[in-house]
Order: sequence, then C-alpha cells, then structure tokens
Amino acid sequence: MSDTKLQSKIPSGPLSEKWTRHKAEIKVVSPANKRKLDIIVIGTGLGGASAAATLGELGYNVKVFCISDSPRRAHSIAAQGGINAAKNYQNDNDSVYRLFYDTIKGGDFRAREANVYRLAEVSSLIIDKCVALGVPFAREYGGLLANRSFGGAQVSRTFYARGQTGQQLLLGAYAALNRQIAAGTVKSYTRREMLDLVLIDGKARGVIVRNLETGEIERYGAHAVVVATGGYGNTYFLSTNAMNSNGSAIFQCYKKGAFFANPCFVQIHPTCIPVHGTQQSKLTLMSESLRNDGRIWTPKKKEDVEKLRAGKIKPSQIPEADRDYYLERRYPAFGNLVPRDVASRAAKERCDEGYGVNNTGLAVFLDFQSAIQRLGKKVIEERYGNLFQMYEKITDVNPYNEPMQIYPAIHYTMGGIWVDYNLMTTIPGLYAIGEANFSDHGGNRLGASALMQGLADGYFILPVTIGDYLSQDIQTPKIDTNHPAFQEAEKAVRDKINHVFNIKGKTPVDVLHKELGHIMWEYVGMSRNDAGLRKAIKLIDELKHKFETDVLVPGTNDEFNQELEKAVRLQDFIEIGRLIALDALDRKESCGGHFREEMQTEDGETLRDDENYMYVSAWEYQKNGDPILHKEPLNYEFIKPSTRNYKN
Amino acid sequence: MKFTLKVWRQKNAKAKGRFETYKIDNISPDTSFLEMIDILNENLIREGKEPVAFDHDCREGICGMCSLYINGRAHGPDDDITTCQLHMRKFKDGDTITIEPWRSAAFPVVKDLVVNRRAFDEILQAGGFINVSGMVPDANNIPISKLDADESMDASACIGCGACVATCKNGSAMLFVAARVSALAKLPQGRVEASQRAKAMVAKMDELGFGACTNTQACEAECPKGISISHIARLNREFLWANLKD
Repeated sequence: MSDTKLQSKIPSGPLSEKWTRHKAEIKVVSPANKRKLDIIVIGTGLGGASAAATLGELGYNVKVFCISDSPRRAHSIAAQGGINAAKNYQNDNDSVYRLFYDTIKGGDFRAREANVYRLAEVSSLIIDKCVALGVPFAREYGGLLANRSFGGAQVSRTFYARGQTGQQLLLGAYAALNRQIAAGTVKSYTRREMLDLVLIDGKARGVIVRNLETGEIERYGAHAVVVATGGYGNTYFLSTNAMNSNGSAIFQCYKKGAFFANPCFVQIHPTCIPVHGTQQSKLTLMSESLRNDGRIWTPKKKEDVEKLRAGKIKPSQIPEADRDYYLERRYPAFGNLVPRDVASRAAKERCDEGYGVNNTGLAVFLDFQSAIQRLGKKVIEERYGNLFQMYEKITDVNPYNEPMQIYPAIHYTMGGIWVDYNLMTTIPGLYAIGEANFSDHGGNRLGASALMQGLADGYFILPVTIGDYLSQDIQTPKIDTNHPAFQEAEKAVRDKINHVFNIKGKTPVDVLHKELGHIMWEYVGMSRNDAGLRKAIKLIDELKHKFETDVLVPGTNDEFNQELEKAVRLQDFIEIGRLIALDALDRKESCGGHFREEMQTEDGETLRDDENYMYVSAWEYQKNGDPILHKEPLNYEFIKPSTRNYKN
Repeated sequence: MKFTLKVWRQKNAKAKGRFETYKIDNISPDTSFLEMIDILNENLIREGKEPVAFDHDCREGICGMCSLYINGRAHGPDDDITTCQLHMRKFKDGDTITIEPWRSAAFPVVKDLVVNRRAFDEILQAGGFINVSGMVPDANNIPISKLDADESMDASACIGCGACVATCKNGSAMLFVAARVSALAKLPQGRVEASQRAKAMVAKMDELGFGACTNTQACEAECPKGISISHIARLNREFLWANLKD
C-alpha cells in the first residue's frame, strides 16, 4: 500500500551510489540567481546554524532566526559525549556500511535505508569540516584525532571535545555563521519566535514571528523556509532539553499541512540525574560516554537496598559479590554499552522489582571504581572531569568516591516533521532538518548520532537539495509580505495571543505544563499500553479544557513577557502530547523507544511486528477531529531486518 | 528553608529600576537557585503581580544564557559554576539575598534581570572565525599536538555569559575576546589569521563601549568556566604583532 501524498523520492540504484547519483541528477542554481533568492532558517542549533552558514557561503540571501539573545545558546550546545563518523581512523574495521548498519539496527529497523546510508556516507566530511573551522577535538599525543565508543557500536568511532562536544561543534557552526553575517549574506534575528508559517499558492513563502523583546509581530518573506528548531521533548515538562526548547515552530508547520511522522518515537536516556522533588524544573543528563568506563549496578539483596535508602551504608561498602551488574548480566556482548532504549528499560525493570537505590526507589548506580583502579584517577578526570564536577554541584556527592545515581529521562525525539529524501516536507518549499525532522533514527537514536545528523543535514545535504527546488523559482520576485496570506497569518497570531490573555483564569502556565508532564510520563513514557494511552488522551483533553478556561497569563503583549511565551508554547505542547499518544496507540508493536506492554518477549525484550507495522506513520492535521494517518511503507531492499540482539 | 530576596525590578530599558523585597518559604536545600525564582514567580503570578524576568535556558551550565549578580558576585557565591548550577544549600536558612542584573554599559537592561548581550555577537562577527568554506582537507592531515589542542579547548570552554564584563570594574570584555583569539591561535588552522583576528576583535570591542583591561584579574576569579587570564597575555602578543606588521 502506498500513499500518494507521501513521495519519499528515494533515488534508484545501489545503496552506495544513490546519493552520488542523486546529486549528479538534481539541478543547481547559478551564482547570479542565488543572489536573488531568499531563504529563511528558523533555529540556530547545529542544523540551523550550519545550514544558514552554508547557504550564505553559496550566495543565497539568508535570514536566520533564534529565540535566544544569541545563536550560540541553541540547545545543541549542551550535547556532551561526541559525534560519530565512519573514519575508521582506529583501523578497527569500521566503515560507512558498518555505521549505516549500526544506526539502522539501533533504530530497530524503522528508518529509511537510503537516508541512513547517506548519513553514514557524509559523516566523515563533517569531521573534516569541523576541524577546518577550528573545533578542538581530543587528540592523541602523536597529534592525530582520538576516538571513544558509544552505545550500540562495537567499534570506536566517536570524536569528542572533552564532555563538551556539542558546545564545540556549535561554536564552529556559529563561527561559520558569524563569518557570513559579517559578509552580509546572512542576516541574524535574535529573540524572535516563529508563530506561524505563511503559504502562498500552497508553497512555503514566509513566517510570522514575535519579537520577544518588544512584542512586535513581524512578517518575513522568502522563496523557501527551513525549520531547524529541534524536538518536542519538553512536552513531558521534565526532560534534559533546555527550558525554552519547544515544539511550536514544527507544530505550526503541521497545522499548515506538513505531516508529522512517528511522534511516539521518543528517546528516554538512561543516564540522567534522578528527580529530587516536586520543585524541580529540569533533568540533567550525564553523558553516555560515561558508560565507556562506568558500570551500572543495583544491589543483589533487598536488605542492602533498605540500608542504602535509610542512609545506613554507603554504596561503596557493598561488596562486589553483592552487586548485580545487570546490563553485563543480561547483555554480555554489549554490556554497559547497549543502546539507550535497552539500558533505560533495564533500569526501570530493576526499580520496578524494588531494587532502586534512592529514597524515591527510582535510581541505579553508575560506578567508576573499577575504571579508576584500572586507569588511575587522572585519566578519568581528563575524560570526564567536567561531568563529575557538574554531578557534584547538583547532588553534593563526589563521584570519584561514591557511584553516581542515575535514572532514565526524556532526552530526544526521533519523530518529527515528515520529509522526503531531499529533506522537504509535504509542503513545497518547506524543509525540516536535524531533530525537527523524523528521517534517520527510526525508533531509537544511537548516542553521538544527533550531532552527526544535524551537521550532515545543515552542511552537506540541505544546501544541495534545496537548489533543486529553488531552480524552478529563479523567476519569482521577492515575496511581498503585504500579500493577503501574510495579513491573515498575522491576524491569526494576534488572535491567538489575545485569546490566552483573555482567559484570565487562576492557574500559572507552569502548573499546567507540569500536569501535562505527569500524564505523559505516566501513560506515554517508558512503558505504554492500550488502556493507559486511551486514558492519557482523555486526560489531555481535560487538561486542554483546563488551559482554555483557567490559565493565567500576566502582563501584555507589548513587552518582554516570558509567561506569554510559555503559554503559547504550552498550547502546542498539549496538542503534541495528544498526537504522541494517538500514534503510540496506533503502533501496537514494541520497537525502539516505543514499548507496548502487550508486545514483549518472555524475558521482557521488545517484540516488533514487521508484518503490520513496517511503516512510518505520518499524521495529517485536521481542523476538526482527529488527524488522518498516512503510512509510508519501509521497503528494506539491501538489508534484512532482524531481531535486535545485544546479548551475543 | 526561607529567604528574603531583594530583586532588581526594571520595566524596560528606558525605565528607572528599583529593588523590591520578597519573602519566600519552604525551599528545599536541593532546589536550584533558578528553581527558587520559579517558585517566587509562581507565587507572584497567583498574587496578581508581575513575575521577575530572568534569562535562563539549558539549566546545566553550558548555554551561557543565565546571568545574575547575586550578593555582589557574578553567578553567586559558589565557584566555577553558573547561576543555574547554584543550589540553595549554599545559603543559610533565613539569609537575605540580593539579585541584580549584569551591570555594564555594553549590556543594557531589557527587563528586570535580563540584559542584551548582542555586543558579544558583534565582536565575534568582527573576526572570531576561520575564513574557510567549501570542501576542506582530511581531518588527520593537520596533526595538532595534544597540548595545543588541550589549551585551545581550555579557551574554547567560554560560554559567552558575560560574567567577566559584569565583574570588571572597567566593564572590559578582554577575557571574552582573549578566549576566542587564543582558542583559534593555538590551532594551526586558526594560526594563519591570528594577528588580524586579534586586531579586528579588539577594535570592535573598543567601538562597542567596553572598557579597558587594567589587569585586576577579577574576570578570571568569577569566570564560571575558569578561563585563565593567560589568554589575555596571548591576545596582547597577537595584538602587538598585528600592529608591528602595519
């Protein structure tokens, strides 16, 4: 069954030749014409900054928007561990094919072969590019680049800059962006939030943004629009995402006709600092790279658990024989380096069985003692010093002496706006890149692959594919922002803002957002079932009603107003939450980060249903009623989907 | 725990600001400083008052968005962290805490505790990059000594928060500029343009109204990322060299 609205446009030919062939076949725009074409880029994380910079270098007129006071604040900055690339510098038998296979297997065979292969193919170029831009990757004493391992891989292909890889890569892309801003090819608009997408004759032709400092509503036109605003993890309120990360830009695209793909594929990261109380605002990630040297365990004996919770003993006092290194026990081949979804579920299983080690019963240990004994404290400090410091500042526990406590938390969203092979959405002229799209990670993303995808899309893929579309637009004059479509969109935005002020209820925005978070985590979190998902949808509908009747937004539109920003975003988070639940309800299989309790093996592993669910779900917004589900079948031409096995 | 908060309130850039005093109670010592302000804001909203505007985002000390001058110190009383990583256990029950925005001519107040740090972007746009585009050589074609790469990384850890400027009695951005100049100058790729870069960035810094550096070292003491003032010495060398060549 194929859906006429979903044309993936995957080029024909052998896997390893598709991208090369495609690049040769698509059209390019001449330098003289590029100067006449405007492109809007929304978001300045790794995807947005690298895309805006590269499009500027190519000679297009670029306008780039971010919600922060500087493009450098985007949440890519917080990525810690590293970036994968199939360089095979270690000569450990890595290759483009192996990175491709690991990624598609890690995603539990729910991503497109052609997209993932291309990602692996351009991965090497990313490292070259970043080094040329001055990214200070870790080096060996001989001067060559160093690598480490990440989950779901048996080779060492992760490049890193201490525990601040995202920061350094973003500073590289931001520097390239600054160079173009100085050159005048890119104009940067900071503290601006996209509140609507403008379509003219069915094509993306501009955006309506709110100036967050002054409250002014502004119109910007362009020949094409690129959204690079990241994921929607903050639907869950507590997540490792930054506080301002939100799903509103992509949700406006969805409401204007872009299909939303695989919303239920949400990544829960196994190694985050556990929740400490109800006043908490966010969860802090402890990098996956720690699993290179850290060993995860819970006590074997319940009486030790009780003593730990009562503070009668310290974890370091529990003898080796009484510790259950459960990942090493269950998955001998990959041990502590199993993929994130597997590690998260295993932690939940231990805690559900009553072995959780803190007073909430929701924590396991990540222990560095054997690594410190093996390598010395200095080596560990060099590798993870900043993470250890961060952990100590937050928890007041020194991880050199006692193990860290960790628990899974919402981290990343594999789902996102549906895009074809060219990264174009179902709206002509609208592109989605990085975490904002759905394309490469299937049901679960491997560690150190988000940075890879953001930069692959921004530096190497979008700047090429967008030329094919724009080549048909070289006769189109500058987009007139007085067009009725802009007037209508602006009016809709003003109405929406006035509406939230006029509710004049009693409940602050964050209180409602936390309620949404509780519903999502409880029923649409690590473990899902039919009844729970139906209940979630009902509760979300009630919450929506509560928002519509009881939210309290102070102040006015004509000023810097953070409560207004949050209220507008929460409206969309509520809708996104519902969409996640709907999609989770539809997908009656367990796969990647999506675990349906009805579908599991005897030992609690995920049970995929390739016969019925080998598709990308793509949801089409309907103004009234539930969205329509379209299905893009996943045809595996080159590899045979198998049961993921990390045991042997 | 309970606290008395003296918070700077300012309607907008043009308005005159003033301190307002608030009482807050039932704060867990494990609560972060910004979560404490979240709670204050929730209380204010429920009382029909306007919440306190403050910048924040990642809440894990890396985005550089949070600021705040707390009891006379940038990012508060704890060392080597940003405000978002500060926890209430660092205060004593019953303390009075004074909270102000960054104060510097180059960082005008937007509202309450929020300032405009666009000047930092402008300095970097003046030269904080390497002039490369298109396809580039294989990454391992440029061997870089581990020591140089490490030193570049030390400088590149700067998060652009502006604590150095806020702390400096002259409002100088020297540590910020030096960190970027040094991060690139320590790498062979960045070495090529090191002198011109230093000159262009310093000129822009002066133009934007940042003060001069008089070596008080206050910036280093308050930098949440521990950026060393030795980078300022390197900047000065590059700057001198650029002027000698002219």
